[in-house]
Amino acid sequence: MSRRRTREQMAEALARDIPDGSYVNLGIGMPVMVLPYWRLEQEIVVHSENGILGMRSLAAGEPIDPEMMNAAKKPVALIDGGSFFHHADSFAMMRGGHLDYCVLGGYQVSARGDLANWSLGLPGVAAAVGGAMDLVVGARHVYVLMEHTTREGLPRIVRQCSLPLTGAACVRRVYTDLATLAFVDGRVEVLDMVPGLTSEALQALTDAPLTFAQAGPAA
Amino acid sequence: MIDKFFSSAMHALADVQDGATVLVSGFGLAGQPIELLDALCEQGARDLTVVCNNSGSHDTGLARLIRLGRVRKLIASYPRGAEMGAFEAAYSEGRIEYECVPQGTLAERLRAGGAGLGGFLTPTGYGTELAAGKETRVIDGKGYVFEKPLRGDFALVKALAADRWGNLVYRKAARNFGPPMCMAASVAVVQVGEKRALGTMDPEAIVTPGIFVKRVVQIEAAPVQQELAA
Repeated sequence: MSRRRTREQMAEALARDIPDGSYVNLGIGMPVMVLPYWRLEQEIVVHSENGILGMRSLAAGEPIDPEMMNAAKKPVALIDGGSFFHHADSFAMMRGGHLDYCVLGGYQVSARGDLANWSLGLPGVAAAVGGAMDLVVGARHVYVLMEHTTREGLPRIVRQCSLPLTGAACVRRVYTDLATLAFVDGRVEVLDMVPGLTSEALQALTDAPLTFAQAGPAA
Repeated sequence: MIDKFFSSAMHALADVQDGATVLVSGFGLAGQPIELLDALCEQGARDLTVVCNNSGSHDTGLARLIRLGRVRKLIASYPRGAEMGAFEAAYSEGRIEYECVPQGTLAERLRAGGAGLGGFLTPTGYGTELAAGKETRVIDGKGYVFEKPLRGDFALVKALAADRWGNLVYRKAARNFGPPMCMAASVAVVQVGEKRALGTMDPEAIVTPGIFVKRVVQIEAAPVQQELAA
């Protein structure tokens, strides 16, 4: 049996694919784990929906400022050149197409790139969307970090989402614990897989049909 | 002479009526006007519609107002997370109405309300259940949802400093919803830690001009505790 990527390895794999100098938003959950994998010299400018451009991880022992938090309300710090702004401007940056990338968590992604990540549709539970719907319509590349299957072993990459959508045809790439997948014109192309995993085994854990022309070993 | 400073939070909120719509700044605890919300709890107004990104945490501020049963309806984008039990309990027991609004739509509805606009078309939410029942339009092949402006009778906002005209500066990511909420309220009430003499604030650096602010209260706020909740 192949070894799955850890959450840290998934975050690191995604971090490696973001070009230097990009403007990137990191959503709550696994996406904020990407931040420590970038070096300051890369000048990747990280946006946080709560009004920060240019955040970095705290160094060990660095004091915590309660008014300097990321979208997940965890402490961060500001890099040189960073700035603060109000919420209407922050979301103008998203919807206005100014962000090169956003990284979101996901429940399901469909073959045509629909994303479901905000509501499990449970009665009596107040679903909370946050900034996810604004990000998926605005960022130029929407990348998703999620486990390949649910805890029950059901596929998360599906022909059609059964959960309420966050956005339609918006996802460009998904990084899972088993593979990296590109979503192109309704096709799901496997870019890499963890060593030891066969195409058949990956397809068996994926509801949407996969193509393997681009596939290489996961870094 | 214009002097918008009030002697206490209770005085500044004395005329909040039952049934009022109250805008509450903050993203998590950063920028949440805890002391103004505590004063609103004491003041006793009920049947409130509250507009806030979150729903308060622990048993302070907005969470306390909800636990006291003063909030009839919450308009929010993300009333979820650890320590947000007050809202979740009220919702699951059917004691509070909830309107879920995407975060950027919430901010822009407030800005539109403050800017005198009749609404706007946004791609956010198009094709999702949050667009259900709303007008939609396709422009140059892209789908948009019509969203209405949002205004409040009062806004409760936290800023770093003000002068007596109500010019404001904020601190770091505590700015968040403060500026659009000041614009969108008939009466914006702002708590600040520092009072600055008129003319000493750099005009290039004032974030909210005093025209959007009606009342200011100087409060030595307790240090904001770090919110470890996700």
